[in-house]
Amino acid sequence: MTNFVDIGAVEDIPVRSARLVKTHGGCIAVFRTASDKIFALDDKCPHKGGPLSNGIQHDESITCPLHNWVFDLNTGAAKGADEGVVKTYDIRVEDGRILLDRAAISLSLVAE
Amino acid sequence: MAKKLVIIGAGMASGRLIEALLEKNPQAFEITLFNPEPRGNYNRIMLSPVLSGEKTYEEIVTHSDDWYAENGVTTYFGETVTKIDRDAKTVSTKNVTMSFDSLVIATGSAPFIIPVSGNDLNGVMAYRDLEDVNAMLEASAKPNAKAVVIGGGLLGLEAAAGLKEQGMDVAVVHIAPHLMERQLDPAAGFLLQQDLERRGIKIHTNGFTKAILGHSTVDAVLLEDGTVYEADIVVMAVGIRPETRIATDAQLHVERGIVVNDAMQTSDPDIFAVGECVEHNELLYGLVSPLYDMAKVLASTLLGEQAAFQPMELSTKLKVTGCDLFSAGDLDEGDDREEIVFRDAVRGVYKRLILQDDRIIGAVMYGDTADGGWFLQKLKAGEDISDIRNTLIFGPNFASGAAADPLAAVAALPLDTEICGCNGVSKGDILAAIDGGANTLEAIKAKTKASTSCGTCADLTAQVVQIGLGDDFVLPQKETICKCSDYSHDDVRKLIIQKQLKSIAEVMQELQWETSCGCASCRPALNYYLVCAWPGDYVDDGRSRYINERVHANIQKDGTYSVVPRMLGGITTPNELRAIADVAEKFNVPTVKVTGGQRIDLLGIVKEDLPAIWYDLNQAGMMSGQAYAKGLRTVKTCVGTDHCRFGTQDSTGLGIKIEQKMWGAWSPHKFKLAVSGCPRNCAEATCKDLGIICVDSGYQVLVGGAAGMDLRETDLLAQVATEDEAIELACGFYQLYREGAQYLHRPYKWIAKVGLDWIKEQLVDDLKNRKALADRFHFSQKFCQVDPWAERASQGKEAHEFQPLADFTKVAAE
Repeated sequence: MTNFVDIGAVEDIPVRSARLVKTHGGCIAVFRTASDKIFALDDKCPHKGGPLSNGIQHDESITCPLHNWVFDLNTGAAKGADEGVVKTYDIRVEDGRILLDRAAISLSLVAE
Repeated sequence: MAKKLVIIGAGMASGRLIEALLEKNPQAFEITLFNPEPRGNYNRIMLSPVLSGEKTYEEIVTHSDDWYAENGVTTYFGETVTKIDRDAKTVSTKNVTMSFDSLVIATGSAPFIIPVSGNDLNGVMAYRDLEDVNAMLEASAKPNAKAVVIGGGLLGLEAAAGLKEQGMDVAVVHIAPHLMERQLDPAAGFLLQQDLERRGIKIHTNGFTKAILGHSTVDAVLLEDGTVYEADIVVMAVGIRPETRIATDAQLHVERGIVVNDAMQTSDPDIFAVGECVEHNELLYGLVSPLYDMAKVLASTLLGEQAAFQPMELSTKLKVTGCDLFSAGDLDEGDDREEIVFRDAVRGVYKRLILQDDRIIGAVMYGDTADGGWFLQKLKAGEDISDIRNTLIFGPNFASGAAADPLAAVAALPLDTEICGCNGVSKGDILAAIDGGANTLEAIKAKTKASTSCGTCADLTAQVVQIGLGDDFVLPQKETICKCSDYSHDDVRKLIIQKQLKSIAEVMQELQWETSCGCASCRPALNYYLVCAWPGDYVDDGRSRYINERVHANIQKDGTYSVVPRMLGGITTPNELRAIADVAEKFNVPTVKVTGGQRIDLLGIVKEDLPAIWYDLNQAGMMSGQAYAKGLRTVKTCVGTDHCRFGTQDSTGLGIKIEQKMWGAWSPHKFKLAVSGCPRNCAEATCKDLGIICVDSGYQVLVGGAAGMDLRETDLLAQVATEDEAIELACGFYQLYREGAQYLHRPYKWIAKVGLDWIKEQLVDDLKNRKALADRFHFSQKFCQVDPWAERASQGKEAHEFQPLADFTKVAAE
């Protein structure tokens, strides 16, 4: 059995936007950058819980909409003077389809 | 006893001479200064920024009347010296005669007026002094005014760009096949022409002026090829000739200029000359840097020291914002010469080096001139470049291997590198000033004069100072738009218009953004500037908007949203209230609140529900209240004459009319209004961005209030008699703010920057301008007054925002 689950097409996310994958453990934000890279992170800023999917994307960073913390989409680590890490998930693109690590979903199930 | 020194002319060379004398020995001379212009010395090379409106005259004055008085210089301004009596050693004007021990002639130059018929008509002018600039500004104030500039050299093009900036229709007639033919080669001349044409300046090369047409004032310029350009003014900028009449009359040796030796002495040993009126070794000089050198040499001569003037290589920069060009040395082709050329057509960059015997003898650059100083240094030093020839054209960063750090590059420069070309200040001079005790940038600039003339070397000067002072020095932070760019908000706004930039990508490309796609600070600012600059043309980039504006609701601390429907003037109906109540029940809205802006706020709504709620509110005739926008928020009103026994005018009706005109508009920051029906001011208009207080005799329009982090009472902009005037004034003010303020500045901050007087000039004194601003606002509104809720609730716009990509919460656990 494959370890990845199809969550949609790359085209379903406009460039420089993000969309949500809802799981029992919370929401995962899936980002598509200007250069068509795809990233998956918890939709929750470690600072005050801001929904990162609603932030402004620039390069491979996301600025939280609540208090402007900036996170690296690759590592989930806060940039600049702020400290904190957002959980990232394995994600890949095959034939224009976005595949998310099944563990991202089942982990949340276990957590329940 | 001090000797008597008389100086004729208070231009830049003479100003520098007086400074040098005072610095070396303030007691040596009793100085008397004559000037035909009714003022002292100002920085004449900065007239172009004054013309374009980037600077004021006060900012370019270098020596004020007080300065002369403090330094004991006797001045006769507005007095023309008509005679030099060499035997009696006196000079005379109409009113006074003054004796001298030494005399300095610094009469400068006069503009050359081409000998065609009509050159004496009213409206034909030169571009030489403040009077000329004032005459041009006056002409440009007329609507649809047209200017023809004859001469496409440095001065002519600066005049053309300045006049265009002032809103005139400008044509440049140039006699040569390409612009600035003395400084540029054809390729660079062509790029420059393209840039200027893109700004709407007509360029006519190979243009020979046949006549200037008109009766008493100029109407048009006729060229040999039959072309006619209409003109309200004609600016002659074809060249200058040394002003030598007074010297000729005194029978001094005069050729093209007043002939001087290396010590700046004329054929009479007690008479000296400096500046543009001088001829030295058969050469004339018109740029400021050699003139300053002459002044220094003459100061030494007058004090009995040995000094000799040595001509040097000169470089040229054009002071037109957004046109970067650099030229130095000899640009001609030749059999014994080679050249290295770099072109980037997309970026409009052109660089060409002319080499002879492995040495740079000429350099011309267009579009990217950052390395100009480095090439000039090599050119002056006659350095053998054969070792670095392969990468020479890419400049110092590449040539030295890595040094992307600009400070490292500056640190590596030799001490004799010239930092400030105008004032001949070397890196060594600046470091010496620091050793001498100057420990701030201002002190060092005052001491060395570095970057005090044309200012193009300001960054470089600061960098050298930084190296000299080390950790004690903090580079002055120019307020840039953000870390992605070196431009200020104002520069960016100006360049968007000038360069006709119409997308964020274009702005970042053309203005050399340092990041690939900006950041969360600059992207929303750029998006707004483009929305404002190109209504109907620019496609709004939602990805560059803060979340509130992107999803048209206010995000709350827990990631839910609040929804505020518009209620014009704070007036609602039972039907609207019923719909709001229904929505609140249907969607389990946890909090319903009345806001400070006389609206109703539904709080705690999950994002996915937004379109459905909007749909229901739309059905009841309500639209977005834009309570989330950097844009028009609310117009608060009181009940005015409808019900109130004190009301003087229909404040409710006026508030509604204004809100009908303004809803949907974007601006640099939020914009809140209120209209009160009488001075009791129940609508609290005196702390709004714009408030109106109705009085018996009309409407007081107040601006610049604040009741947030800062608390500020409004100031009166004007009182007007009718409702229509009040509406036009309000819309005009809003547009002036929209076009001028920096992103995220509320009106009170912007007013503090530009001054209320200036705003009154624009809107109260100049009714045409007020109307034009209001018209531009109404035009822009045509594209903004679309309810964003309806687009999303009924037309499926941006549906991806509100729906998850995948939902595993509805899938049974595996």
